[in-house]
Amino acid sequence: MLQFIVRRVIVALLVAATVMTLAFILTRLSGDLAVSIAGPNATQEDIELVRKAYGLDRPVTTQFFDWAGRAITGDLGESYFFKTRVSSLIAERMPITITLGLTGLIIALLVSLPLGILAAVRENTAFDRVVQMVALLGQAMPSFWLGLILMITFGLQLGWLPISGTGSWQHYVMPGIVLAFSAIPALTRLTRAGMIQAMGSDYIRTARAKGLSRASILLKHALRNAAIPVVAIAAVQLGFMLGGSIVIEQVFALHGVGFLAWESIGKNDFPVVQAVVLVLAVIYVALTMLADLMNAVLDPRLR
Amino acid sequence: MSALLEIEDLAVSFGRTGAVRGTSFTVERGETLSVVGESGCGKSVTALAVMNLLARGARRTARAMRFQGEDLMSLSDSGMARLRGNDMAMIFQEPMTSLNPAYTVGSQMTEVLRRHKGTPQRLAIDRAADLLARVGITAPGLRLGQFPHQLSGGLRQRVMIAMALMCEPKLLIADEPTTALDVTVQAQILRLLAQLQRDLGLGMLLITHDLGIVARVAHKVAVMYAGKVVENAATAELFASPRHPYTQGLLRCVPVPGKIKRDEPLGSIPGTVPRVGPDFEGCAFRERCSFADATCTQDIPRHQAGTTHDFLCRLPS
Repeated sequence: MLQFIVRRVIVALLVAATVMTLAFILTRLSGDLAVSIAGPNATQEDIELVRKAYGLDRPVTTQFFDWAGRAITGDLGESYFFKTRVSSLIAERMPITITLGLTGLIIALLVSLPLGILAAVRENTAFDRVVQMVALLGQAMPSFWLGLILMITFGLQLGWLPISGTGSWQHYVMPGIVLAFSAIPALTRLTRAGMIQAMGSDYIRTARAKGLSRASILLKHALRNAAIPVVAIAAVQLGFMLGGSIVIEQVFALHGVGFLAWESIGKNDFPVVQAVVLVLAVIYVALTMLADLMNAVLDPRLR
Repeated sequence: MSALLEIEDLAVSFGRTGAVRGTSFTVERGETLSVVGESGCGKSVTALAVMNLLARGARRTARAMRFQGEDLMSLSDSGMARLRGNDMAMIFQEPMTSLNPAYTVGSQMTEVLRRHKGTPQRLAIDRAADLLARVGITAPGLRLGQFPHQLSGGLRQRVMIAMALMCEPKLLIADEPTTALDVTVQAQILRLLAQLQRDLGLGMLLITHDLGIVARVAHKVAVMYAGKVVENAATAELFASPRHPYTQGLLRCVPVPGKIKRDEPLGSIPGTVPRVGPDFEGCAFRERCSFADATCTQDIPRHQAGTTHDFLCRLPS
């Protein structure tokens, strides 16, 4: 088990290093940074001035190692626009994004696990088909559109929930639902497929031959095995939710990391953009690693 | 006192296929009944029907099916679940996949005792260790903490047997318990089953296609063909004077050292078991039988060849 963990951590670090490099390269690929920072009305001198001031005149490799070296120690530089440390900027916004992502994931699991299990138990019945149909529709629905529909219905017409901001837990309900909706179809179908496979397996026949209760057969013996792929995908989905909340944070005016990324792109605040990409990617890598470790706990054969 | 397991006219159909078409037999306490026949003749379905473990879509009917005098046909699902793993236990053909990969041997063994007897985990673990030792597993304490993938096929089947014995069942249904194992392990498992059956006074329903196994462990035999029992007899009698042409054919397929001459071809039965509907008329073996004539398409009488020997054929021979 220890060997497994060490191996996974090494792989995760390598992936993180690659992502770091990519985050750096991609911001440079978007054009001459000095030109974009200086703005449309800048003269050639202004641009040269900016280039010098921000150290953009140095060789790219020097810029990279300088940035990467600092990033590893947690120093992500200073925002050009907010004039504060990027790390404190992200630390300030991160709780909102994480709260939103976790809310989305919890709602998604609360909906898709029972739905998937029930659909599997009632395979090929009307219930099963309705669940699959809804899953398909859910997958096809754009999240900003669903967000607007919810806002109009529950926020404006019924007045049950606040439509923007982060003042109370109610503010997270609608965006959470919208985020969850993107993950529900995949998780439901995966749970259903896993449960159908598990329920048809020999060890479930053994469990039935042992006279175990239906609950124990379904939840202890079948779900434990069906959950293995679900955990992996749930972790990836949480990663998507954290990164993908850019759109939702816009729609519901939640000032999280996604919102910050959006603002910074608009303002050419590239230290922030670079840092957000890096932080989200590192979180993503960490989540995938966590999923692998959880799978090893669930499935002893992986240890 | 009523027999341990009495089955009268059991029929199981899957849609338009009659997997079992009127099977009757009895298993007494402490007795081994072997059900033999080729693949696809309804042996396993019969076993699963007794346990009520048939796949969804199967239709099960019977004139009577009693276990220790209790009617199994009218028993509720939860009533049946209370019997399964408790008074009647089953082991399967596939030891490699029949244990849950996610739980330890110990946890899978003890849960059945906790479920049926409410035994505390500490005592259940002791019993599991005792039974593992009893089925010939060394270092039972170590094995209890292991996962199925850490054990060989033979060990897993021993675990399955030990697990089936946790609640001291009266009836053990063994569905081809040695088919998936290699030959040396097969012999060990069979010896073990025969010995446990004697020691614990188990009634055993042993499903197999291996007549060598039957000769060694069964008290009596039911030969199945296309969903019907075509011959019932005590083991010695069946081997000495088989009456049904199918039984005779099966016996000719078994090489007996000393009786078969070198270079002489071993017997075989041409063709395969046909798929027949639930209302199939006449003898299903007629296509492959060298004695068949036009009357074989009609209703076939059951002949008595002794107090415990009967067979299903138009020929009284």
